[in-house]
Amino acid sequence: MNKKQKKVLIRIIIAAVLIGILLVLPLEEGSIIRFLLFLVPYFVIGYDILKKAFKGIRNKQVFDENFLMAVATIGAMALGEYTEGVAVMLFYQIGELFQSYAVGKSRKNISALMDIRPDFANIMQDGKIVQVDPDEVEIGSVIIVQPGEKIPIDGVVIDGSASLDTAALTGESVPRMAKIGDEVISGCINMSGVLKISTTKEFGESTASKILDLVENASSKKSRSENFISKFARYYTPIVCYAALGLALLPPFVRLVLGIDPLWSQWIYRALTFLVISCPCALVISIPLTFFAGIGGASREGILVKGSNYLDQLSNTRIVVMDKTGTLTEGVFEVTKIVPSGISEEKLLEKAALVEAFSNHPISRSLKEAYGRPINTSKVTNVNEISGAGIEANIGDIKVAAGNAKLMDSLGISVNTIQEPGTEIHVAVDGQYKGYILISDRLKPSSKEAISAMKKAGVKKTVMLTGDTKHVADIVAADLQLDEVYSQLLPADKVTKVEELLAQKDEKSKLVFVGDGINDAPVLSRADIGVAMGALGSDAAIEAADVVLMDDDPKKIAKAIGISKKCMRIVYENIYFAIGIKVACLLLGAVGIANMWFAIFADVGVMVIAVLNAIRALNVKNVNI
Amino acid sequence: MKKTYKIEVDCANCANKMEQAAKDTAGVADATVNFMALKMSVEFEEGADVKYVMDEVLKNCKKVEDDCEIFF
Repeated sequence: MNKKQKKVLIRIIIAAVLIGILLVLPLEEGSIIRFLLFLVPYFVIGYDILKKAFKGIRNKQVFDENFLMAVATIGAMALGEYTEGVAVMLFYQIGELFQSYAVGKSRKNISALMDIRPDFANIMQDGKIVQVDPDEVEIGSVIIVQPGEKIPIDGVVIDGSASLDTAALTGESVPRMAKIGDEVISGCINMSGVLKISTTKEFGESTASKILDLVENASSKKSRSENFISKFARYYTPIVCYAALGLALLPPFVRLVLGIDPLWSQWIYRALTFLVISCPCALVISIPLTFFAGIGGASREGILVKGSNYLDQLSNTRIVVMDKTGTLTEGVFEVTKIVPSGISEEKLLEKAALVEAFSNHPISRSLKEAYGRPINTSKVTNVNEISGAGIEANIGDIKVAAGNAKLMDSLGISVNTIQEPGTEIHVAVDGQYKGYILISDRLKPSSKEAISAMKKAGVKKTVMLTGDTKHVADIVAADLQLDEVYSQLLPADKVTKVEELLAQKDEKSKLVFVGDGINDAPVLSRADIGVAMGALGSDAAIEAADVVLMDDDPKKIAKAIGISKKCMRIVYENIYFAIGIKVACLLLGAVGIANMWFAIFADVGVMVIAVLNAIRALNVKNVNI
Repeated sequence: MKKTYKIEVDCANCANKMEQAAKDTAGVADATVNFMALKMSVEFEEGADVKYVMDEVLKNCKKVEDDCEIFF
């Protein structure tokens, strides 16, 4: 509890004790002494509200909750209901205190969850380790990370090895090993040896800073429910106030006209009851609190949601479109077969590796890896990369082409379809076919489970998009039991496909695209919700996506949907519950069944329950997927 | 231009009111207040004098909720 809260708590206790004493004292009903004595706890508990109400009037803020509380309680006192007047003020303060305590507590909880902010960096100065502000460390400096410390800045290990705890970033509890030459990212905790790291980024550009920035700014994009609530609050209070005014004046007038006792004080009392219920606090606090808790809970699981609007939309996910490579498969290609024709295996591999020497495509990398020897690139000239087909280049004075059947076709070579899963790289030298190399990619172990979990989470259609051949794509799709598969797509085709799928679905259901974030930026932004996977250390993905999965486990997609469903369920519970109780109390108050005590429950009780319910969104560990 | 400021405010509805007040201030293109993160992000209109606009934003916010603070 902070100072402000403690002060309010003390005032609450004093006022409560005073009321208790006054209630047992034998004071004459309606006496001026009794009135004056009750004013003491009233001012103790309510002076700041009265002051704020006064300021509100000066600033023409009539429908300010302080003003409403002031009118309701002063009115009650004037009607001689001293106990109720003081009690309303007392419980209002208790409610406010509880709310501010709960909000403060969850703020703290959530920032503790994301406790990845490094406070310092160790650098060597004159042979001694000195702690400095990570902001001051320049790119290329050497920092030292000791066991138990957080890596403050992204970089490359130049000395030492250690196991790293990445749980705060990914939710993954198995530590990662880091050795010389490995890239490490900030926010990981060094669990064993001393690491010397050469920094490759500034602090502000490092992973930890970026993630914190993302999480802290998450809820600036508001969800529909939040916008609904703030709009609701804007109209609710004035409507209830006018209704109160009407209730105070109309029935007595009608009775007056009819010639019966107008019962002024009874109707005014009922109107004051209205004012007590008029504060929209329970709703206004519980909805953003739920989203905040949901986003916080998700980030603990390594799922970063960039705004509460996305958390809202995720719950209506009906179509999940996935990229194949790197999303459903490991994205690690291995040469599994070499089939030469009129050339030695080794020569064929060498030709392919040379042609692909300058490419960074995973396929090129696996070719180079399989070749295993240093590549002399000086002879490789006129490299021409044909997107979706392959690469042509000159090696010395011979012309080599390596790529798929489409590329061979364009050279006038017809090749047989190969009946094995994998990507075939056909090689032609000076227009003559020299055989092919088969490269395959493994499915991720959890892909299959991930797809069935998505179905359980209400996804109607799972779609895979890939640039790979139809043959490979169909094998993968059948294995994973995907609903639809589109193969041999160029990057631009993927956008077109997603647009087609978007056009087919109805307004309410949402389309999620999941990719590894490297080549998918246009598709990520075109989908209703773009999810980048395995984003740890990839800035581009973090920028482009709406939801970022820190590790590359496809099961997290269903988990994210599950979290959003839980969150939305709580949001709706709170909306219906709070509005329901308030409306019920308004009606009961109007007919005189609910008195002011009832109204206090409607106001404070509902808020307490709604806040407690909202905090449940933080607990996402057991969201079943 | 968009800037984010730390704010202090006690109740969620007051935060909504501050958001509305900031939006209605001349020189502000758009504003959002995040009550949970206690942050206000303000998008300024082209060529607006940030310091002056923020003074006005604070003034307007104080009108709707006396007990608030914006740190800029």
